[in-house]
Amino acid sequence: MKLDPRIPSGPLEDKWTRRKNGVALVSPANKKKSTIIVVGTGLAGASAAASLGELGYTVKAFTFHDSARRAHSIAAQGGINAAKNYQNDGDSTYRLFYETLKGGDFRAREGNVYRLAEVSNNIIDQCVAQGVPFARDYDGHLANRSFGGAQVSRTFYARGQTGQQLLLGAYSALSKNVGAGTVQLHHRKEMVDVVVVDGRARGIITRDLVTGELESHAGEAVLLCTGGYSNVFYLSTNAKNCNVSANWRAYKRGAGFANPCYTQIHPTCIPVAGDYQSKLTLMSESLRNDGRVWVPLKADDARSPDQIPVSDRDYFLERIYPSYGNLAPRDISSRAAKRMCDEGRGVGPGGRGVFLDLADSIKRLGHGVIEERYGNLIEMYERITGEDPYRVPMRIYPAVHYTMGGLWVDYDLMSSLPGLFVLGEANFSDHGANRLGASALMQGLADGYFVIPTTIGDYLANSKLPKVAPDRAEFTEARQSSAAFIQKLLAVKGHRTVDSFHKALGLILWEHCGMGRTKESLTTAITKVRALREEFWADVRVPGEAADLNQEIEKAARVADYFEMGEVMCRDALLREESCGGHFREEHQTEEGEAKRDDENFCHAAVWEYAGSGKDAIRNVEPLAFEVVHLAQRSYK
Amino acid sequence: MKLTLHIWRQKARADKGGFVRYPLADVTEHMSFLEMLDVLNEELVVKGEEPVHFEHDCREGICGCCGAVVNGQAHGPQKGTTLCQLHMRHFHDNDEIWIEPFRSKAFPILKDLIVDRGAFDRVIQAGGFIAVRTGSAPDANGITVSKEASDLAMDAAECIGCGACVASCPNGSASLFVSAKLSQLGLLPQGQPERLKRALAMIRKAEEEGFGYCSNYGECEAVCPKRISIHHIARANCDYHKASFTVWQGTGGKAAR
Amino acid sequence: MSALAAYWRSTVGKKMVMAVTGLILFAYVLVHMLGNLQLFAGDGGKAINEYAAFLHSTRAAPLLWGARIVLLACITLHVWAAIALTIQAWGARPVGYAKRKYREADYYARTMIWSGPIIGAFVVYHVLHLTLGMGGAPFEELNAYGNVIRGFSIPCVAIFYIIAVLMLMAHFRHGLWSWFQTIGWSHPAHDGARRCVANVLTAIVVIGDLSFPIAVLLKLVTIPGGAA
Repeated sequence: MKLDPRIPSGPLEDKWTRRKNGVALVSPANKKKSTIIVVGTGLAGASAAASLGELGYTVKAFTFHDSARRAHSIAAQGGINAAKNYQNDGDSTYRLFYETLKGGDFRAREGNVYRLAEVSNNIIDQCVAQGVPFARDYDGHLANRSFGGAQVSRTFYARGQTGQQLLLGAYSALSKNVGAGTVQLHHRKEMVDVVVVDGRARGIITRDLVTGELESHAGEAVLLCTGGYSNVFYLSTNAKNCNVSANWRAYKRGAGFANPCYTQIHPTCIPVAGDYQSKLTLMSESLRNDGRVWVPLKADDARSPDQIPVSDRDYFLERIYPSYGNLAPRDISSRAAKRMCDEGRGVGPGGRGVFLDLADSIKRLGHGVIEERYGNLIEMYERITGEDPYRVPMRIYPAVHYTMGGLWVDYDLMSSLPGLFVLGEANFSDHGANRLGASALMQGLADGYFVIPTTIGDYLANSKLPKVAPDRAEFTEARQSSAAFIQKLLAVKGHRTVDSFHKALGLILWEHCGMGRTKESLTTAITKVRALREEFWADVRVPGEAADLNQEIEKAARVADYFEMGEVMCRDALLREESCGGHFREEHQTEEGEAKRDDENFCHAAVWEYAGSGKDAIRNVEPLAFEVVHLAQRSYK
Repeated sequence: MKLTLHIWRQKARADKGGFVRYPLADVTEHMSFLEMLDVLNEELVVKGEEPVHFEHDCREGICGCCGAVVNGQAHGPQKGTTLCQLHMRHFHDNDEIWIEPFRSKAFPILKDLIVDRGAFDRVIQAGGFIAVRTGSAPDANGITVSKEASDLAMDAAECIGCGACVASCPNGSASLFVSAKLSQLGLLPQGQPERLKRALAMIRKAEEEGFGYCSNYGECEAVCPKRISIHHIARANCDYHKASFTVWQGTGGKAAR
Repeated sequence: MSALAAYWRSTVGKKMVMAVTGLILFAYVLVHMLGNLQLFAGDGGKAINEYAAFLHSTRAAPLLWGARIVLLACITLHVWAAIALTIQAWGARPVGYAKRKYREADYYARTMIWSGPIIGAFVVYHVLHLTLGMGGAPFEELNAYGNVIRGFSIPCVAIFYIIAVLMLMAHFRHGLWSWFQTIGWSHPAHDGARRCVANVLTAIVVIGDLSFPIAVLLKLVTIPGGAA
């Protein structure tokens, strides 16, 4: 597999400008002739579809939801980073770049991350102009807050619903284009395959989720904006319908899958309550601005939290990481919480939880201020647990939240399959081995509003792309194989439900490929996943028909992909013999229990290549070159 | 706890549909309402029956996918809560629970509890945006917005587009949904140039889609999971009155687009 | 299509028409009630009968007929808009719910479409009774005082009147509050005030109007000489 990152030459701060100046342009008359297929309408997809529609391309956008406003971007709570330096606290593009790269444990490309920091400011401008009601100070200017892993206040937010507001902004831009006829939007259609013609992605097959019909759509380029794969763990903070299927089918058609083992465990989620649990709920990291994290000093302390005096509490994040305290990055905070629980000092049912206590802030700032800042989060916590965080400290525990890994892309966001571009969480590009808070929204919108509209033109202008019709043999073949896949699922007619398999798979991966991984656990996981997959294909029960609205088919197809993906994830984790960011190999840690990188042998992205059905995927490598930044041991002490 | 569920089952849009009774045991109070339905569906699948289809996604009350009328109330009995965030501790042992889809001419039923809310999208497409091109925005702090206006706009912007307002309104009106967007954009300086045109276009589109009129019952506000106020409806009305006699509408209001 | 026609075609426009005509009708009911308070002047009907005579005089004819025409136009528009809107609303939910529990939409609000016609029917009777003298009680032209007392002394007439006033209460209570919403006069800061104004105005009209039949039934006002 050829993996040329195509990073422009020149000084770091000039790379993006150079690229923009160098791209070939498509003339206005020719744009209309190019059809661009956009799969997914979250932040990345909606912003890309809207911007490309505006430019004059013929855009066909697809969402499996009933509306383009439902994608899981909507659930991001805390905020979006930008290097505006409105607070005059010393922020700059370079600092945002450096902190993002360091936060990612130096496993991302310098060029990509710098570009992200560079366009971050344009995103805020764009969103404000669209009417996104960011929080403001009394003087009418934009407000900022601090976030994990950053020493400046650069996070813009809209109450605890920043993702919602940004997505609705992008959705409104998309809607404007749909109304104007420049984007054709298809609802309730799930992509089931990528169609490759002469080595280039030239279309997709979709399944109409209402009628079950498989349809072919042809175009000059395909954009996957289909999010991450956290749900491979079954329990995650992702929405129930988030899935890896679009990416996985693209992988099987020739797109490399990079760093699948980089999964982020978010430290502040509501702990699991019972085995019926269908998903986990995140409490925004912003709560750590005013909440103090603690556990009882002694193991098995059964007293209620208000009965435990300060002298018997261990504010472990403040103790271990004095300079960042409760705002230590996500991977570090999560592992610290896990260690506390492993020591028997966890709280709540099953001892898998730590306290996040707002009491001191309420005392200092007053009930009103805390309510204004976090009211909706606190209310959500109370609805779910039945406990009142104004009186009782919240219980939190880490949960899978985001996946840094994804389809490999070059600087132009094109995957190793020419013509297939990947945006947002679906790609692997900007966050290395760990993503900082408030950076996912930034990346999704950077890719969609500002990167792809520039770079896609270069591909279209420089490629010979004869028109393809959707009745070509390649489309028919893809449609037939998709139909056969669905029939195969229906034909098993076994005894176990799809969800029961998914839960079992999630449990294996959480136990063996979760917060802490070892050679042994990963080997076990691979064996177990394979066995479970076989059982799945022998005993799953998918009721109903193919030509119908059938949610069990949707779930079953996704779970089938998770089995394959989960195995590759474990193999990736097994072969990465180092600890970095969200990937923690217990064999590789410092004396204090922190992640220990191996820059000599693993300063690269591992890119997995599909080798055919029944064959082990092939591991390729893209070495990471650092020209500006000196690789350092990450320290937040 | 044990429950008796009466759930609306409907194969497809053209199907007549009807209630089916399902007894359900082993429900625990910490389950969410949708998790309770998951438990039922697992039982049905094992028995070889088709599970109850319902729309859901984020299960944390923000995506706006879920929603059903539970015992006569959209999203069930708890105020300010979507169905996915409603927990079974608000029900009692041996309760009978009636679960029906959102009903409105503009929201045709697709299957069981799933309805098509595409009409909302079309209303937004008619004008629910500020038409700024990507890349043409001035510096974000170049526009100052008073905190009051910004907070009020945010109150309106919280709408998740679930459709509970329509489902609960005795008239099947979408006024709360429409006005929330009009109010959000109309309160901000960025939204002023298109403000009146937007009011005309969106309100007319909503009527065209078959939503009813607003009688100011306030039922929408009472069931809204985001507690969006009907004040926004008044603000939208005001804009509409003004727009009707000041915006040049050409023929058939086309210029209002 | 003219702007006015488009406005009338829209539901918001129709609601505005209902708000404006409704307010005029309310104002009339208020003034009508205030004039009738002269029943309690304690002068054996002198004041109220002079008032009635003035209204029927040639001098006041333009005023009287002007008012009648405006009222009739208002009623027509109000009813027309109400019927059109109601038909549209029924069409907006062709299949109803098996269970229905309201949180906020109170009985008064939900029955506007029924309190309206009852009030309408009463107005017809009221005009027949006290303007044209066809109410079943002995009628004497321009003796408003005597006509009212003789009319309300018949219990079923008084009860019908009381029921109609209660309907009026239901109608005004929601209608007046709703008026602010419809014209677009709304701000969280004035919320309490809006409710208060609607309730106080409704109370004034209702208490005033109810006082007439009750006073007659309790014999607090009588015809001098006890002719009734």
